[in-house]
Amino acid sequence: MQTLENTSPMTATPPQVENFLEIKDVSKHYPTANGVYPVLDGVNLSVKEGEFICVIGHSGCGKSTLLNMVAGFSQPTSGEVLLESQPIQRPGPDRMMVFQNYSLLPWKTAFENVYLAVKSVYKDKSKPEKVEIVNQSLEMVGLTAAANKRPAQLSGGMKQRVAIARALAINPKVLILDEPFGALDAITKEELQEELLKIWQRSGGTVLMITHDIDEALFLADRLVMMTNGPSATIGEILDIPFPRPRDRARIFEDPLFYELRNYALDFLYRRFAHDDKL
Amino acid sequence: MTMNSAVRRSAPSPVVTALIKRGKSLLAPIVFVGGFLLIWQLLCLSPDARIPGPIRVVSETWRLIVNPFFDDGGTSKGLGWQILISLQRVAVGYTLAAIAGIGIGTLVGTVPFVRHGMDPIIQVLRTVPPLAWMPLSLLIFQNNDAAAIYVIFITAIWPILINTAVGVQQVPQDYKNVSKVLQLSFPEYLFNILVPSTVPYVFTGLRIGIGLSWLAIVAAEMLKADGGIGFFIWDAYNAGNEDSTSQIILAIIYVGLVGLLLDKLVAWVGRRVAPSEQR
Repeated sequence: MQTLENTSPMTATPPQVENFLEIKDVSKHYPTANGVYPVLDGVNLSVKEGEFICVIGHSGCGKSTLLNMVAGFSQPTSGEVLLESQPIQRPGPDRMMVFQNYSLLPWKTAFENVYLAVKSVYKDKSKPEKVEIVNQSLEMVGLTAAANKRPAQLSGGMKQRVAIARALAINPKVLILDEPFGALDAITKEELQEELLKIWQRSGGTVLMITHDIDEALFLADRLVMMTNGPSATIGEILDIPFPRPRDRARIFEDPLFYELRNYALDFLYRRFAHDDKL
Repeated sequence: MTMNSAVRRSAPSPVVTALIKRGKSLLAPIVFVGGFLLIWQLLCLSPDARIPGPIRVVSETWRLIVNPFFDDGGTSKGLGWQILISLQRVAVGYTLAAIAGIGIGTLVGTVPFVRHGMDPIIQVLRTVPPLAWMPLSLLIFQNNDAAAIYVIFITAIWPILINTAVGVQQVPQDYKNVSKVLQLSFPEYLFNILVPSTVPYVFTGLRIGIGLSWLAIVAAEMLKADGGIGFFIWDAYNAGNEDSTSQIILAIIYVGLVGLLLDKLVAWVGRRVAPSEQR
Protein backbone atom coordinates (compact mmCIF):
# COMPACT_ATOMS: atom_id res chain seq x y z
CA MET A 1 0.00 0.00 0.00
CA GLN A 2 2.95 2.31 0.49
CA THR A 3 3.40 2.18 -3.24
CA LEU A 4 0.34 4.35 -3.84
CA GLU A 5 1.49 7.31 -5.91
CA ASN A 6 3.09 9.83 -3.63
CA THR A 7 2.01 13.30 -2.58
CA SER A 8 1.04 16.22 -4.76
CA PRO A 9 3.91 17.47 -6.89
CA MET A 10 3.08 21.15 -6.67
CA THR A 11 3.95 21.74 -3.02
CA ALA A 12 6.81 24.16 -2.55
CA THR A 13 7.45 23.36 1.07
CA PRO A 14 10.67 24.47 2.77
CA PRO A 15 13.30 21.77 3.19
CA GLN A 16 12.13 19.40 5.88
CA VAL A 17 14.26 17.50 8.31
CA GLU A 18 13.82 13.88 7.33
CA ASN A 19 14.40 12.25 10.70
CA PHE A 20 12.91 14.96 12.88
CA LEU A 21 11.38 12.54 15.33
CA GLU A 22 12.75 9.03 15.49
CA ILE A 23 11.39 6.06 17.37
CA LYS A 24 14.15 3.47 17.19
CA ASP A 25 13.52 -0.15 18.06
CA VAL A 26 11.45 0.86 21.08
CA SER A 27 10.09 -1.75 23.49
CA LYS A 28 8.15 -1.12 26.65
CA HIS A 29 7.65 -3.79 29.31
CA TYR A 30 5.69 -3.38 32.51
CA PRO A 31 6.34 -5.53 35.56
CA THR A 32 3.15 -7.16 36.81
CA ALA A 33 2.25 -9.69 39.47
CA ASN A 34 2.38 -12.43 36.80
CA GLY A 35 5.75 -11.43 35.43
CA VAL A 36 6.82 -8.94 32.83
CA TYR A 37 4.12 -7.73 30.43
CA PRO A 38 5.46 -6.58 27.06
CA VAL A 39 3.24 -3.75 25.82
CA LEU A 40 5.31 -2.71 22.83
CA ASP A 41 8.03 -4.58 21.03
CA GLY A 42 10.38 -3.32 18.35
CA VAL A 43 8.58 -0.17 17.27
CA ASN A 44 10.32 1.83 14.55
CA LEU A 45 9.01 5.08 13.14
CA SER A 46 10.66 8.06 11.56
CA VAL A 47 8.67 11.29 11.31
CA LYS A 48 9.50 14.21 9.04
CA GLU A 49 9.32 17.75 10.30
CA GLY A 50 5.88 19.19 9.67
CA GLU A 51 4.27 15.80 9.11
CA PHE A 52 0.80 14.93 10.38
CA ILE A 53 0.79 11.36 11.71
CA CYS A 54 -2.25 9.50 13.00
CA VAL A 55 -1.89 6.34 15.05
CA ILE A 56 -4.73 3.84 15.06
CA GLY A 57 -5.17 0.46 16.71
CA HIS A 58 -7.41 -1.44 19.08
CA SER A 59 -7.55 -0.43 22.70
CA GLY A 60 -4.73 -1.96 24.70
CA CYS A 61 -2.35 -1.94 21.73
CA GLY A 62 -0.02 0.53 23.39
CA LYS A 63 -0.81 3.64 21.33
CA SER A 64 -0.93 5.80 24.43
CA THR A 65 2.20 4.13 25.79
CA LEU A 66 4.00 5.04 22.59
CA LEU A 67 2.87 8.66 22.68
CA ASN A 68 3.66 8.92 26.38
CA MET A 69 7.25 8.01 25.55
CA VAL A 70 7.37 10.76 22.93
CA ALA A 71 5.87 13.16 25.46
CA GLY A 72 8.47 12.00 27.98
CA PHE A 73 6.07 10.74 30.65
CA SER A 74 7.71 7.33 30.44
CA GLN A 75 10.95 5.88 29.13
CA PRO A 76 11.36 2.94 26.74
CA THR A 77 12.54 -0.30 28.32
CA SER A 78 14.88 -0.65 25.36
CA GLY A 79 15.49 1.40 22.25
CA GLU A 80 15.28 5.17 22.10
CA VAL A 81 13.07 8.07 21.13
CA LEU A 82 14.95 10.97 19.54
CA LEU A 83 13.75 14.46 18.73
CA GLU A 84 16.23 16.29 16.49
CA SER A 85 18.72 13.57 17.36
CA GLN A 86 18.41 14.27 21.10
CA PRO A 87 17.01 11.51 23.32
CA ILE A 88 13.75 12.45 25.05
CA GLN A 89 14.22 12.23 28.78
CA ARG A 90 11.34 14.06 30.38
CA PRO A 91 8.15 15.93 29.51
CA GLY A 92 8.64 19.38 28.08
CA PRO A 93 6.68 22.15 26.37
CA ASP A 94 8.40 21.42 23.02
CA ARG A 95 6.22 18.27 22.95
CA MET A 96 2.94 19.72 24.19
CA MET A 97 0.09 17.33 24.70
CA VAL A 98 -3.64 17.72 24.20
CA PHE A 99 -5.24 15.23 26.54
CA GLN A 100 -8.37 13.23 25.88
CA ASN A 101 -10.13 14.71 28.93
CA TYR A 102 -8.95 18.27 28.23
CA SER A 103 -7.00 18.57 31.52
CA LEU A 104 -7.95 22.18 32.05
CA LEU A 105 -7.60 23.61 35.53
CA PRO A 106 -11.21 24.13 36.67
CA TRP A 107 -10.38 27.11 38.89
CA LYS A 108 -8.90 29.07 36.00
CA THR A 109 -10.73 30.77 33.15
CA ALA A 110 -10.00 29.84 29.54
CA PHE A 111 -7.66 32.82 29.35
CA GLU A 112 -5.87 31.91 32.57
CA ASN A 113 -5.44 28.29 31.52
CA VAL A 114 -3.68 29.36 28.33
CA TYR A 115 -1.81 32.11 30.15
CA LEU A 116 -0.29 29.65 32.62
CA ALA A 117 1.29 27.77 29.71
CA VAL A 118 2.47 30.94 27.97
CA LYS A 119 3.90 32.34 31.21
CA SER A 120 5.86 29.19 31.98
CA VAL A 121 7.30 28.84 28.48
CA TYR A 122 7.98 32.43 27.40
CA LYS A 123 9.65 33.55 30.60
CA ASP A 124 11.48 36.44 28.91
CA LYS A 125 8.51 38.03 27.20
CA SER A 126 6.78 41.07 28.70
CA LYS A 127 3.29 40.77 30.11
CA PRO A 128 1.57 42.58 27.21
CA GLU A 129 3.35 40.26 24.77
CA LYS A 130 2.20 37.21 26.70
CA VAL A 131 -1.38 38.50 26.89
CA GLU A 132 -1.25 39.09 23.14
CA ILE A 133 -0.13 35.51 22.49
CA VAL A 134 -2.96 34.16 24.64
CA ASN A 135 -5.53 36.33 22.88
CA GLN A 136 -4.28 35.27 19.46
CA SER A 137 -4.43 31.59 20.39
CA LEU A 138 -7.95 31.89 21.74
CA GLU A 139 -8.95 33.77 18.59
CA MET A 140 -7.47 31.01 16.45
CA VAL A 141 -9.87 28.50 17.99
CA GLY A 142 -12.76 30.98 17.98
CA LEU A 143 -13.02 31.39 21.72
CA THR A 144 -12.40 35.11 22.19
CA ALA A 145 -15.90 35.63 23.56
CA ALA A 146 -15.51 32.85 26.12
CA ALA A 147 -12.05 33.87 27.34
CA ASN A 148 -13.25 34.71 30.82
CA LYS A 149 -15.36 31.62 31.35
CA ARG A 150 -14.30 28.73 33.52
CA PRO A 151 -14.26 25.17 32.13
CA ALA A 152 -17.47 24.29 34.03
CA GLN A 153 -19.28 26.91 31.95
CA LEU A 154 -17.95 25.56 28.64
CA SER A 155 -19.20 22.71 26.46
CA GLY A 156 -16.97 19.72 25.71
CA GLY A 157 -16.04 21.11 22.30
CA MET A 158 -15.17 24.48 23.77
CA LYS A 159 -13.05 22.88 26.48
CA GLN A 160 -11.08 20.96 23.85
CA ARG A 161 -10.67 24.21 21.92
CA VAL A 162 -9.13 25.79 25.02
CA ALA A 163 -6.81 22.81 25.38
CA ILE A 164 -5.79 23.14 21.73
CA ALA A 165 -5.27 26.90 22.14
CA ARG A 166 -3.13 26.21 25.20
CA ALA A 167 -1.01 23.73 23.25
CA LEU A 168 -0.62 25.97 20.20
CA ALA A 169 0.13 29.10 22.21
CA ILE A 170 3.51 27.72 23.21
CA ASN A 171 4.36 26.70 19.63
CA PRO A 172 5.56 23.14 20.29
CA LYS A 173 7.89 21.30 17.94
CA VAL A 174 5.63 18.28 18.21
CA LEU A 175 1.95 18.50 19.06
CA ILE A 176 0.71 15.28 20.65
CA LEU A 177 -3.01 14.62 20.70
CA ASP A 178 -4.43 11.62 22.56
CA GLU A 179 -7.85 10.94 21.04
CA PRO A 180 -8.72 14.61 21.30
CA PHE A 181 -12.14 14.41 19.70
CA GLY A 182 -13.26 11.05 21.08
CA ALA A 183 -15.77 12.52 23.52
CA LEU A 184 -17.33 15.02 21.13
CA ASP A 185 -20.48 14.83 19.02
CA ALA A 186 -20.09 14.29 15.29
CA ILE A 187 -20.66 17.89 14.21
CA THR A 188 -18.33 19.45 16.77
CA LYS A 189 -15.80 16.80 15.91
CA GLU A 190 -15.79 17.72 12.21
CA GLU A 191 -15.57 21.42 12.99
CA LEU A 192 -12.59 20.89 15.25
CA GLN A 193 -10.87 18.59 12.76
CA GLU A 194 -11.07 21.32 10.14
CA GLU A 195 -9.83 23.97 12.55
CA LEU A 196 -6.96 21.76 13.61
CA LEU A 197 -5.97 21.24 9.97
CA LYS A 198 -6.06 24.97 9.25
CA ILE A 199 -4.02 25.83 12.30
CA TRP A 200 -1.53 23.05 11.59
CA GLN A 201 -1.04 24.26 8.03
CA ARG A 202 -0.37 27.78 9.26
CA SER A 203 2.03 26.77 12.02
CA GLY A 204 3.89 24.04 10.13
CA GLY A 205 4.41 21.98 13.29
CA THR A 206 4.63 18.23 13.52
CA VAL A 207 1.55 16.42 14.79
CA LEU A 208 1.17 12.99 16.35
CA MET A 209 -2.40 12.04 17.01
CA ILE A 210 -4.09 8.94 18.40
CA THR A 211 -7.52 8.24 17.02
CA HIS A 212 -10.11 5.47 16.87
CA ASP A 213 -11.74 6.93 13.82
CA ILE A 214 -10.48 5.84 10.39
CA ASP A 215 -12.33 8.62 8.57
CA GLU A 216 -10.79 11.19 10.86
CA ALA A 217 -7.31 9.79 10.25
CA LEU A 218 -7.80 9.74 6.45
CA PHE A 219 -9.02 13.33 6.49
CA LEU A 220 -6.21 14.66 8.67
CA ALA A 221 -3.05 12.63 8.32
CA ASP A 222 -0.16 12.39 5.88
CA ARG A 223 0.49 8.90 7.12
CA LEU A 224 -1.60 6.51 9.14
CA VAL A 225 0.29 4.26 11.51
CA MET A 226 -1.63 1.04 12.15
CA MET A 227 -0.70 -0.91 15.25
CA THR A 228 -0.97 -4.67 15.75
CA ASN A 229 -2.62 -6.01 18.88
CA GLY A 230 -0.86 -6.35 22.22
CA PRO A 231 0.90 -7.90 24.00
CA SER A 232 4.12 -7.12 22.16
CA ALA A 233 2.28 -4.73 19.86
CA THR A 234 4.20 -3.05 17.11
CA ILE A 235 3.58 -1.04 13.98
CA GLY A 236 1.82 -3.38 11.54
CA GLU A 237 1.72 -1.12 8.55
CA ILE A 238 2.00 2.52 7.60
CA LEU A 239 -0.50 3.86 5.13
CA ASP A 240 0.40 6.88 2.98
CA ILE A 241 -2.53 9.24 2.53
CA PRO A 242 -1.78 11.21 -0.61
CA PHE A 243 -4.79 13.56 -0.77
CA PRO A 244 -3.61 17.04 -1.77
CA ARG A 245 -3.81 19.87 0.73
CA PRO A 246 -5.63 21.98 1.66
CA ARG A 247 -8.10 19.15 2.00
CA ASP A 248 -11.77 19.44 1.39
CA ARG A 249 -13.92 16.89 3.17
CA ALA A 250 -16.54 16.65 0.42
CA ARG A 251 -13.94 16.17 -2.32
CA ILE A 252 -12.13 13.50 -0.36
CA PHE A 253 -15.35 11.62 0.26
CA GLU A 254 -15.98 11.54 -3.51
CA ASP A 255 -12.53 10.20 -4.27
CA PRO A 256 -12.49 6.42 -4.96
CA LEU A 257 -9.05 6.33 -3.38
CA PHE A 258 -10.64 7.32 -0.05
CA TYR A 259 -12.71 4.13 -0.05
CA GLU A 260 -9.77 2.05 -1.19
CA LEU A 261 -7.71 3.33 1.76
CA ARG A 262 -10.62 3.04 4.13
CA ASN A 263 -11.32 -0.57 3.20
CA TYR A 264 -7.66 -1.37 3.48
CA ALA A 265 -7.49 0.09 7.00
CA LEU A 266 -10.75 -1.60 7.99
CA ASP A 267 -9.45 -4.89 6.68
CA PHE A 268 -6.29 -4.44 8.70
CA LEU A 269 -8.13 -3.60 11.90
CA TYR A 270 -11.13 -5.91 11.71
CA ARG A 271 -9.89 -8.94 9.82
CA ARG A 272 -6.14 -9.27 9.96
CA PHE A 273 -5.80 -7.83 13.45
CA ALA A 274 -9.30 -8.23 14.75
CA HIS A 275 -9.69 -7.58 18.42
CA ASP A 276 -10.02 -10.92 20.19
CA ASP A 277 -12.81 -9.74 22.49
CA LYS A 278 -14.75 -12.95 22.02
CA LEU A 279 -12.02 -15.24 23.25
CA MET B 1 -63.55 31.33 29.49
CA THR B 2 -60.36 30.50 27.60
CA MET B 3 -57.54 28.43 29.01
CA ASN B 4 -55.29 31.42 28.81
CA SER B 5 -57.27 33.71 31.09
CA ALA B 6 -57.78 30.92 33.59
CA VAL B 7 -54.06 30.39 33.81
CA ARG B 8 -53.41 34.10 34.11
CA ARG B 9 -55.91 34.53 36.92
CA SER B 10 -54.50 31.67 38.98
CA ALA B 11 -50.85 32.70 38.58
CA PRO B 12 -49.89 34.97 41.51
CA SER B 13 -47.27 37.70 41.25
CA PRO B 14 -43.59 36.68 41.67
CA VAL B 15 -43.43 38.43 45.05
CA VAL B 16 -46.32 36.40 46.41
CA THR B 17 -44.83 33.21 44.98
CA ALA B 18 -41.51 33.94 46.69
CA LEU B 19 -43.24 34.62 50.01
CA ILE B 20 -45.25 31.41 49.80
CA LYS B 21 -42.11 29.47 48.96
CA ARG B 22 -40.31 31.04 51.91
CA GLY B 23 -43.23 30.34 54.20
CA LYS B 24 -43.38 26.72 53.08
CA SER B 25 -39.70 26.14 53.83
CA LEU B 26 -40.15 27.71 57.27
CA LEU B 27 -43.36 25.87 58.04
CA ALA B 28 -41.80 22.54 58.98
CA PRO B 29 -39.17 24.00 61.36
CA ILE B 30 -41.80 26.19 63.06
CA VAL B 31 -44.17 23.27 63.55
CA PHE B 32 -41.47 20.99 64.94
CA VAL B 33 -39.76 23.52 67.22
CA GLY B 34 -43.18 24.60 68.50
CA GLY B 35 -44.15 20.98 69.06
CA PHE B 36 -40.88 20.30 70.86
CA LEU B 37 -41.41 23.26 73.23
CA LEU B 38 -45.02 22.27 73.82
CA ILE B 39 -44.17 18.67 74.74
CA TRP B 40 -41.34 19.90 76.96
CA GLN B 41 -43.74 22.28 78.71
CA LEU B 42 -46.38 19.56 79.15
CA LEU B 43 -43.87 17.06 80.54
CA CYS B 44 -42.71 19.59 83.14
CA LEU B 45 -46.21 20.63 84.29
CA SER B 46 -46.19 18.33 87.32
CA PRO B 47 -45.12 20.15 90.51
CA ASP B 48 -42.40 17.62 91.34
CA ALA B 49 -40.74 17.77 87.88
CA ARG B 50 -37.00 18.05 88.34
CA ILE B 51 -36.56 20.17 85.25
CA PRO B 52 -38.30 23.48 84.52
CA GLY B 53 -40.40 23.89 81.42
CA PRO B 54 -39.45 26.40 78.73
CA ILE B 55 -41.62 29.18 80.16
CA ARG B 56 -40.03 28.87 83.59
CA VAL B 57 -36.54 28.71 82.04
CA VAL B 58 -37.11 32.00 80.29
CA SER B 59 -38.70 33.74 83.28
CA GLU B 60 -36.00 32.56 85.70
CA THR B 61 -33.14 33.56 83.42
CA TRP B 62 -34.68 36.73 82.06
CA ARG B 63 -32.05 38.79 83.89
CA LEU B 64 -29.30 36.83 82.09
CA ILE B 65 -30.99 36.98 78.70
CA VAL B 66 -31.44 40.75 78.67
CA ASN B 67 -28.05 41.53 80.26
CA PRO B 68 -25.54 39.38 78.42
CA PHE B 69 -22.64 41.68 79.22
CA PHE B 70 -22.87 42.47 82.95
CA ASP B 71 -19.69 42.07 84.98
CA ASP B 72 -19.91 41.76 88.76
CA GLY B 73 -16.20 41.07 89.08
CA GLY B 74 -14.47 37.70 89.40
CA THR B 75 -16.15 34.96 87.42
CA SER B 76 -19.62 36.44 87.84
CA LYS B 77 -20.13 37.72 84.32
CA GLY B 78 -22.93 37.81 81.76
CA LEU B 79 -23.36 34.93 79.32
CA GLY B 80 -22.07 37.11 76.48
CA TRP B 81 -18.77 37.51 78.31
CA GLN B 82 -18.62 33.81 79.17
CA ILE B 83 -19.11 32.87 75.53
CA LEU B 84 -16.49 35.39 74.42
CA ILE B 85 -14.00 33.93 76.91
CA SER B 86 -14.62 30.47 75.44
CA LEU B 87 -14.44 31.77 71.89
CA GLN B 88 -11.14 33.43 72.63
CA ARG B 89 -9.65 30.12 73.76
CA VAL B 90 -11.09 28.41 70.71
CA ALA B 91 -9.68 31.10 68.44
CA VAL B 92 -6.14 30.59 69.75
CA GLY B 93 -6.22 26.78 69.89
CA TYR B 94 -8.04 26.40 66.58
CA THR B 95 -5.74 28.80 64.75
CA LEU B 96 -2.70 26.91 66.00
CA ALA B 97 -4.35 23.62 64.98
CA ALA B 98 -5.14 24.99 61.52
CA ILE B 99 -1.57 26.20 60.94
CA ALA B 100 0.05 23.01 62.23
CA GLY B 101 -2.59 20.74 60.66
CA ILE B 102 -2.33 22.23 57.18
CA GLY B 103 1.48 22.37 57.38
CA ILE B 104 2.00 18.82 58.61
CA GLY B 105 -0.85 17.55 56.44
CA THR B 106 0.82 18.95 53.31
CA LEU B 107 4.06 17.25 54.30
CA VAL B 108 2.30 13.96 55.06
CA GLY B 109 0.46 14.10 51.74
CA THR B 110 3.56 14.95 49.72
CA VAL B 111 6.37 12.85 51.17
CA PRO B 112 5.67 9.08 51.31
CA PHE B 113 8.38 8.57 53.96
CA VAL B 114 6.70 11.06 56.29
CA ARG B 115 3.30 9.58 55.48
CA HIS B 116 4.31 6.05 56.42
CA GLY B 117 6.08 7.28 59.54
CA MET B 118 3.29 9.53 60.74
CA ASP B 119 0.43 7.17 59.98
CA PRO B 120 0.61 5.05 63.17
CA ILE B 121 1.07 8.16 65.33
CA ILE B 122 -1.92 9.88 63.77
CA GLN B 123 -4.11 6.78 63.91
CA VAL B 124 -3.48 6.32 67.65
CA LEU B 125 -3.57 9.92 68.82
CA ARG B 126 -6.64 10.98 66.88
CA THR B 127 -8.84 8.51 68.76
CA VAL B 128 -7.92 9.91 72.19
CA PRO B 129 -10.96 11.74 73.64
CA PRO B 130 -10.28 15.47 74.21
CA LEU B 131 -10.69 15.37 77.98
CA ALA B 132 -8.15 12.58 78.37
CA TRP B 133 -5.52 15.16 77.46
CA MET B 134 -6.60 17.53 80.22
CA PRO B 135 -4.62 16.17 83.20
CA LEU B 136 -1.50 15.80 81.09
CA SER B 137 -1.75 19.30 79.69
CA LEU B 138 -2.36 20.74 83.18
CA LEU B 139 0.81 19.01 84.32
CA ILE B 140 2.76 20.34 81.35
CA PHE B 141 1.49 23.91 81.29
CA GLN B 142 0.63 24.45 84.98
CA ASN B 143 -1.96 26.92 83.72
CA ASN B 144 -5.68 26.43 83.22
CA ASP B 145 -5.92 28.65 80.18
CA ALA B 146 -2.96 27.15 78.35
CA ALA B 147 -4.20 23.65 79.19
CA ALA B 148 -7.64 24.39 77.71
CA ILE B 149 -6.07 25.84 74.58
CA TYR B 150 -3.87 22.77 74.22
CA VAL B 151 -6.90 20.50 74.48
CA ILE B 152 -8.58 22.42 71.67
CA PHE B 153 -5.43 22.26 69.58
CA ILE B 154 -4.95 18.53 69.97
CA THR B 155 -8.64 17.87 69.27
CA ALA B 156 -8.97 20.03 66.18
CA ILE B 157 -5.67 19.22 64.51
CA TRP B 158 -6.49 15.64 63.39
CA PRO B 159 -9.35 16.24 60.97
CA ILE B 160 -7.51 19.25 59.53
CA LEU B 161 -4.27 17.30 59.12
CA ILE B 162 -5.89 14.18 57.67
CA ASN B 163 -8.12 16.03 55.22
CA THR B 164 -5.24 18.21 54.04
CA ALA B 165 -3.07 15.12 53.50
CA VAL B 166 -5.84 13.40 51.54
CA GLY B 167 -6.42 16.55 49.49
CA VAL B 168 -2.75 16.84 48.60
CA GLN B 169 -2.66 13.17 47.56
CA GLN B 170 -5.78 13.53 45.45
CA VAL B 171 -4.46 16.17 43.07
CA PRO B 172 -5.67 14.61 39.78
CA GLN B 173 -2.92 13.04 37.66
CA ASP B 174 -4.13 15.15 34.73
CA TYR B 175 -3.18 18.35 36.50
CA LYS B 176 0.19 16.90 37.48
CA ASN B 177 0.77 15.97 33.84
CA VAL B 178 -0.02 19.50 32.74
CA SER B 179 2.49 20.74 35.29
CA LYS B 180 5.12 18.29 34.00
CA VAL B 181 4.66 19.14 30.34
CA LEU B 182 4.83 22.85 31.06
CA GLN B 183 7.78 22.26 33.42
CA LEU B 184 6.23 24.46 36.07
CA SER B 185 8.56 25.52 38.86
CA PHE B 186 7.64 24.39 42.37
CA PRO B 187 6.11 27.74 43.40
CA GLU B 188 4.12 27.81 40.14
CA TYR B 189 2.90 24.27 40.79
CA LEU B 190 2.08 25.15 44.39
CA PHE B 191 -0.05 28.20 43.65
CA ASN B 192 -1.59 27.18 40.33
CA ILE B 193 -2.32 23.52 40.98
CA LEU B 194 -1.64 22.12 44.45
CA VAL B 195 -3.30 24.80 46.59
CA PRO B 196 -6.45 25.32 44.47
CA SER B 197 -7.13 21.60 44.18
CA THR B 198 -6.50 20.99 47.89
CA VAL B 199 -8.49 23.90 49.35
CA PRO B 200 -11.89 22.14 49.30
CA TYR B 201 -10.43 19.22 51.29
CA VAL B 202 -8.76 21.60 53.75
CA PHE B 203 -12.06 23.33 54.39
CA THR B 204 -13.79 20.03 55.04
CA GLY B 205 -11.16 19.43 57.74
CA LEU B 206 -11.46 22.95 59.09
CA ARG B 207 -15.22 22.57 59.38
CA ILE B 208 -14.99 19.32 61.31
CA GLY B 209 -12.22 20.87 63.39
CA ILE B 210 -14.22 23.90 64.47
CA GLY B 211 -17.09 21.67 65.63
CA LEU B 212 -14.73 19.49 67.65
CA SER B 213 -13.02 22.58 69.12
CA TRP B 214 -16.30 23.86 70.43
CA LEU B 215 -17.17 20.45 71.90
CA ALA B 216 -13.77 20.28 73.56
CA ILE B 217 -13.71 23.77 75.05
CA VAL B 218 -17.03 23.40 76.83
CA ALA B 219 -15.92 20.10 78.31
CA ALA B 220 -12.47 21.38 79.25
CA GLU B 221 -13.91 24.44 80.96
CA MET B 222 -16.24 22.29 83.02
CA LEU B 223 -13.27 20.43 84.33
CA LYS B 224 -10.99 23.30 85.22
CA ALA B 225 -11.16 26.92 84.12
CA ASP B 226 -11.75 30.46 85.25
CA GLY B 227 -14.70 31.69 83.25
CA GLY B 228 -16.10 30.50 79.95
CA ILE B 229 -19.46 29.02 79.04
CA GLY B 230 -18.47 25.52 80.18
CA PHE B 231 -17.35 26.92 83.52
CA PHE B 232 -20.67 28.75 83.79
CA ILE B 233 -22.66 25.54 83.38
CA TRP B 234 -20.63 23.65 85.94
CA ASP B 235 -20.65 26.64 88.31
CA ALA B 236 -24.42 26.86 88.10
CA TYR B 237 -24.72 23.15 88.85
CA ASN B 238 -22.46 23.45 91.89
CA ALA B 239 -24.32 26.50 93.16
CA GLY B 240 -27.52 24.44 93.36
CA ASN B 241 -29.81 27.47 93.57
CA GLU B 242 -33.49 27.60 92.78
CA ASP B 243 -32.83 28.92 89.26
CA SER B 244 -29.63 26.93 88.55
CA THR B 245 -31.33 24.37 86.31
CA SER B 246 -32.83 27.14 84.19
CA GLN B 247 -29.39 28.74 83.87
CA ILE B 248 -27.87 25.43 82.78
CA ILE B 249 -30.56 24.92 80.15
CA LEU B 250 -30.16 28.46 78.82
CA ALA B 251 -26.38 27.99 78.60
CA ILE B 252 -26.82 24.69 76.74
CA ILE B 253 -29.03 26.43 74.18
CA TYR B 254 -26.39 29.16 73.79
CA VAL B 255 -23.66 26.56 73.34
CA GLY B 256 -25.67 24.93 70.56
CA LEU B 257 -26.38 28.22 68.82
CA VAL B 258 -22.75 29.36 68.94
CA GLY B 259 -21.59 25.97 67.63
CA LEU B 260 -24.03 26.30 64.75
CA LEU B 261 -22.79 29.82 63.97
CA LEU B 262 -19.15 28.70 64.03
CA ASP B 263 -19.90 25.88 61.61
CA LYS B 264 -21.79 28.21 59.26
CA LEU B 265 -18.97 30.75 59.46
CA VAL B 266 -16.30 28.27 58.37
CA ALA B 267 -18.59 26.88 55.67
CA TRP B 268 -19.21 30.41 54.40
CA VAL B 269 -15.50 31.23 54.28
CA GLY B 270 -14.93 27.92 52.47
CA ARG B 271 -17.53 28.78 49.84
CA ARG B 272 -15.97 32.18 49.31
CA VAL B 273 -12.49 30.73 48.92
CA ALA B 274 -13.43 27.71 46.78
CA PRO B 275 -16.78 27.99 44.98
CA SER B 276 -18.23 24.58 44.17
CA GLU B 277 -18.10 25.19 40.40
CA GLN B 278 -14.33 25.36 40.62
CA ARG B 279 -13.85 22.04 42.32
